Amino acid sequence: MDGMLDEAWALSPSVALRPEPFGALAYHFGNRKLTFLKRPELVAAVRALGEQPTVRAALQAAGVAEQRHPAFVAALHELAAGDMIARRADATAPDHP
Amino acid sequence: MTQTPTRPQTGTLVEQFEFGLDAPICLTWELTYACNLECAHCLSSSGRRDPRELTTEQCKAVIDELERMQVFYVNIGGGEPTIRPDFWELLEYATAHHVGVKFSTNGVRITPDRAAFLAASDYIDVQISLDGATAEVNDYVRGPGSFDTAIRALENLQAAGFKDAKISVVCTRHNIDQLDEFKAIADRYGATLRLTRLRPSGRGADVWDELHPRPEQQRVLYDWLMAHGDRVLTGDSFFHLAAFGESLPGLNLCGAGRVVCLIDPVGDVYACPFAIHDNFLAGNVLTDGGFQRVWQTSDLFADLRSPQTGGACSTCSFYDSCRGGCMAAKFFTGLPLDGPDPECVQGYAADALAGERQPPAPSQDHSKANPTRRQPVMLTLATSRPSAPPVSACAESPLAGFVPSQP
Repeated sequence: MDGMLDEAWALSPSVALRPEPFGALAYHFGNRKLTFLKRPELVAAVRALGEQPTVRAALQAAGVAEQRHPAFVAALHELAAGDMIARRADATAPDHP
Repeated sequence: MTQTPTRPQTGTLVEQFEFGLDAPICLTWELTYACNLECAHCLSSSGRRDPRELTTEQCKAVIDELERMQVFYVNIGGGEPTIRPDFWELLEYATAHHVGVKFSTNGVRITPDRAAFLAASDYIDVQISLDGATAEVNDYVRGPGSFDTAIRALENLQAAGFKDAKISVVCTRHNIDQLDEFKAIADRYGATLRLTRLRPSGRGADVWDELHPRPEQQRVLYDWLMAHGDRVLTGDSFFHLAAFGESLPGLNLCGAGRVVCLIDPVGDVYACPFAIHDNFLAGNVLTDGGFQRVWQTSDLFADLRSPQTGGACSTCSFYDSCRGGCMAAKFFTGLPLDGPDPECVQGYAADALAGERQPPAPSQDHSKANPTRRQPVMLTLATSRPSAPPVSACAESPLAGFVPSQP
């Protein structure tokens, strides 16, 4: 299982989310990247990231069933690659290489 | 009776975009119709300021509304936006209110001082218009001196440390063979090249027949974009070329009224920057209750967001790639909106273009009343000499001017 599930993440400070009928639009004011979150649950999970201790808890809070976690973690990795979300400084889980 | 369309719960982004968004992604805002240049193909027929143009306070109110709607950035243009006295004030106001700005300019006001100011901001992007990689090709359509003005602006931006300016090129039949040279200019100034499509909008309607790329050049452009597309911006404007086969990077759909729109200098909201015409006017930010209301409730936009039929194109096997092409290009060349794009790469518009057609009369024109020395003169000197002197009106021979054709 992906180590990210036990890590603490949050929306990047320079990113704003705009609700849209299909989910949300995320804009990064720093690198000017625009990304589309195509599932309302993904939007809820991303919003929950900063308030929950782990990614797993955020997914649970957003009502994402466990068997769908891998797909959502993959989506979160994509967001991380664009600096849309970032690991939190208060992360307690060990680093994964 | 039309059925109220319902948005699908899943589906591709393109399918979602066809139903429109709560706020535009790509909003163009033209601040003034005034311009120091008189480009032959100006899509907004700019030249003279309109006395009804939004005041500084009205512009700030629009920015406030964009901030509330979370429109994260706007593309500011004109006319030449930098010649508005309050341009720099509005720029600062927008970025302070979380509305990033990319502005298009011919470079006339990008002095070393202004370049330094721009380099110091994180949220401002600058786009310099250049329609030829040489002064000869550029000035032919943009007017004398305009190439030097653009290059000087790029030099000033680079010297000030401004990173990643954009060089915006409208592709014409005169510059398609200069694509590598444009890329070299962009590389020289640490800039990114942006290529867009020539539309028959505004004064562009007058010169489109003469300037639009020839069919074989469309292929050259397509191949070049396929090879370099990842490092070149296109404003997603070449989706009509997708019918060559593979889709180009970016959105392959007409975003008019769905994810794109234009606010003009007097506050009129049009479906797209290339569609400044009463037929595509959705409302006005001053008289129709603000921009958000126009975007979300106008009848025109509701119509554009309902499923479109392919019309004559629906039987074409490439319809899914190009979606019938550009609405504005069809409209301003007098072609039916549910038929092929005038530059359909499968050639399906050739007959309609050659036949009887009635391009619409423009609904606005801010061109200068009298030409100035900046006006481009679209004439080229003949490169071949006539074989014989012209026949004088007084020539008496009944065979004067007759050249027997070769057997």
